[in-house]
Amino acid sequence: MKFGVVVFPGVNCDRDCRDAVTAVTGQPVEFIWHQETSVEGFDALVLPGGFSYGDYLRPGAIARFSPVMAAIGAFARRGGLVIGICNGFQMLTEAGLLPGALLKNAGTKYVCRYLHLRAESSETPFTCAMEKGRLLHMPIGHGDGNYQADRETLGRLEDADRIAFRYVDGDGRATAEANPNGSVSNIAGIVNEGRNVMGMMPHPDRSFDRILGSEDGRLVFQSMIGALSRV
Amino acid sequence: MNAVITDAELEQHGVTRDEYARIVGILGREPNRTELGIFSVMWSEHCSYKSSRVHLRRLPTEGPAVLQGPGENAGIIDIGDGLAVAFKIESHNHPSYIEPFQGAATGVGGILRDIFTMGARPIAAMNSLRFGPLHGDLGGPNRRILEGVVGGIAHYGNCFGVPTVGGEVGFAECYSQNPLVNAFALGVFEKDRIFFGKAAGVGNPVIYVGAKTGRDGIHGATMASAGFGEDAGAKRPNVQIGDPFMEKLLLEACLDAMEKGLVVGIQDMGAAGLTCSSCEMGARAGTGITLELDAVPQRESGMTPYEIMLSESQERMLLVASASRADALFDVFRKWGLDAAQVGEVTGDGLLRVRLSGESVAEVPNGPLADEAPLYERPAVPPSKPRIDGWLPLYSFLDGAPGSTYESFREADANPGAADYDALMLRAVASPNLASRRWIWEQYDHMVQSSTVVGPGSDAAVVRIKGTGKALAMVLDGPSVHVARNPREGARKAVAEACRNLVCSGARPVAATNCLNFGNPEHPEVMWQFGEVVDGLAEACSVFGTPITGGNVSFYNETFREDIYPTPVLGLVGLIEDLSLVTTASFRDEGDAVVLIEPGSRVEHIDLEEERALQNLLATLIRDGLIRSAHDLSEGGLAVAAAESCFSTLHRRPVGARLHVPSRLEVCRDLFGEFPTRVLVSTRQPGALIERAARAGLLGHRLGAVGGQRLVLEYEGVRAVDLDIADLERVWADALPGALNGRPLFD
Repeated sequence: MKFGVVVFPGVNCDRDCRDAVTAVTGQPVEFIWHQETSVEGFDALVLPGGFSYGDYLRPGAIARFSPVMAAIGAFARRGGLVIGICNGFQMLTEAGLLPGALLKNAGTKYVCRYLHLRAESSETPFTCAMEKGRLLHMPIGHGDGNYQADRETLGRLEDADRIAFRYVDGDGRATAEANPNGSVSNIAGIVNEGRNVMGMMPHPDRSFDRILGSEDGRLVFQSMIGALSRV
Repeated sequence: MNAVITDAELEQHGVTRDEYARIVGILGREPNRTELGIFSVMWSEHCSYKSSRVHLRRLPTEGPAVLQGPGENAGIIDIGDGLAVAFKIESHNHPSYIEPFQGAATGVGGILRDIFTMGARPIAAMNSLRFGPLHGDLGGPNRRILEGVVGGIAHYGNCFGVPTVGGEVGFAECYSQNPLVNAFALGVFEKDRIFFGKAAGVGNPVIYVGAKTGRDGIHGATMASAGFGEDAGAKRPNVQIGDPFMEKLLLEACLDAMEKGLVVGIQDMGAAGLTCSSCEMGARAGTGITLELDAVPQRESGMTPYEIMLSESQERMLLVASASRADALFDVFRKWGLDAAQVGEVTGDGLLRVRLSGESVAEVPNGPLADEAPLYERPAVPPSKPRIDGWLPLYSFLDGAPGSTYESFREADANPGAADYDALMLRAVASPNLASRRWIWEQYDHMVQSSTVVGPGSDAAVVRIKGTGKALAMVLDGPSVHVARNPREGARKAVAEACRNLVCSGARPVAATNCLNFGNPEHPEVMWQFGEVVDGLAEACSVFGTPITGGNVSFYNETFREDIYPTPVLGLVGLIEDLSLVTTASFRDEGDAVVLIEPGSRVEHIDLEEERALQNLLATLIRDGLIRSAHDLSEGGLAVAAAESCFSTLHRRPVGARLHVPSRLEVCRDLFGEFPTRVLVSTRQPGALIERAARAGLLGHRLGAVGGQRLVLEYEGVRAVDLDIADLERVWADALPGALNGRPLFD
């Protein structure tokens, strides 16, 4: 199974994603330059975090026009697994592959810290290695992670079990204090209708080794491997 | 092309009549205005170190691990496994006062360029900051400066993708109109792939890459070589604007080009821009450079040669490539969407020739321009009395604290039996110099690159080196109150404390960088402070075997004629041979014994041999697995160190401890007093540990154990401090955000 990490000018978690996928899955990982027009031969794609195009205009707003995005869209429509982490999540909403938008954090400042997430569904290829309700210790690092969507969209996300993660406190409660950025309903990650595209603000790519503070991020990549090997 | 240079023009350029005569001597004629501008920036204090160089020669700069000492863009050390580490600290004080956000941001940008210019990928950044008090008359402006500086550092470092893993922040009155922003960066690379700023190979093309040149930052270096008066705001156009996205592209493109073997020499355009990079590259190689200014990418129209040569626009690099491979180099830059242009050629005659539209506009010999700035042995006279009284260094954290906190400690120290130590403890942890810095470092991405093993908040930051089992520990230390009281002694303490921090984290100190922030060098007492600090650093660095591989001097830190404290900031880098040795300041499990290790006598003066004995002991105890946590005692003494070890971590909630504080002086000093050469450790083998301390000539006091929800400090059988640890942590955590919102807990 071959993973591709898509490199846009200004992303800075491309190497972290490669290292995390390599360490967790042992599968080959290759970088895909943003000017490529094909993602042929890859089984799963990772859109990494960072500041693509300096986050100028809006995070992810320019990256969506990169040539590779058309190929990623086609790959996703064919059912290919795509995970967008942090800036990658922002690119996916900008590109219309995920609903909603990521606004400036409610506190207006960039926030980098460890926090707790709750897996809200085990019925996605990105969370199938976790039981529903499982708590994960994972870091965030973003200035624009405030997920918002209209009420209708939120209803659809809820009804179709498409909310992947919520921000919670250490006891698993989705409180206002546990919400680091003002996201509606404490949403930290969602999947698309086909459940093969996920965006999440927290970083599994920074929590794959105990020495970094947590290895809970491994579960995300292990889920992907599990899902791919079942296909 | 010659014009008569007037006194007013010389003054405007910060060039003295004597210096002007020297310029005329070098050229054999009067300079034109462009040439005067070129000399003025290269011979500015900032670029030439003309007041400091005679002193800096006394610093130890060599050692078995040093691959590159001072004089290049950064110092380089060998860390084994074929790997090398480049690191350096640099100031951006003046711009950060005028425009805090951009001033600090471009300070980070500049130091990162220094690292990757040499071929190393930056893997960690830190910063040392000083501000005026957050309360009182200037509280509002000081708060805005702090918020701007932190925002600027976050903006640049986060976008660039380097983790900001640590640093230090201090508050004192003297920084009110003169904040200090010292930025440190460190990078790793293969030791046989080091690149230097040398314009080698006559006929080779000189290539410019990166942002276009604009009128920003002209005379930034000269600005940084003078104090501030009432016109500080008018200097805002001298501050550059940073674009971290551009710098990230430059990083990737330059490393890519180096990897492909396309780079002969490379230097970033920092202070004094195109002038400095071209003449230094030529001087190092003994070559000349001809620059065609028409080819320089420009952001504005109608720029004069003077402006193009002196612009300090950010995110620009100057490279020399071999003539046959220049096309491949341009391909790399094109891939990364960067503007690149051949702007000149290496020549054999040692001259920096600047041409515009086919006409020569300046012609200056590289060597004398880069290396023959006048050196000054400025008068140095000790002040009639020390800058601060002898009491303050006992409780240095009180500097910059609200008056009521200061008075509470003064009274307690004078009448220790009558004091309320619970109240003092709360005031101590809420004081600006001790309060939690979380509000600051949460704005910094300290985890990108997935290598941060110990982030901000412990004794030293620890970053693993991927592909090896090793890690690097790094720390910044600038005990300015101690230096203000006694510059030489304070400098010794700075080195000792920084090394102690590294040892506490499981590292062996290897080498140092320093940023020497001082007042006006034309004041004899400032030069005296400078000489004393250099001697103190030299002595201590020799004792600890940590040569200084580079750094930066920042003079003229004065506003309205008031000099700042002499503020040397030490950056120490250590090697952790195995990740299993990584140790933090935090207590771990209930029941672990807590031990204080210190010398036989508790005095303010530091004995470097005792210090070395302590550090050697601690290093072997860590290696032998006896240590569960280790924390250096510094500001706020034993009481504050104990509290910090109790506070929550990523892995556990706050935990209490019940400790008997040995009585040696009197209660206030034994709890909060600052004495060197002490560490607080926790262990499961207190007996063996204390015995080994004794064998090393040190005292090990078994204070008590970790456990419960309260921090209890007993003194001569009485509970001096008895506080719920979660409550204490909340006060500590909320103090800085509260003060920044204008709601200090105490005032």
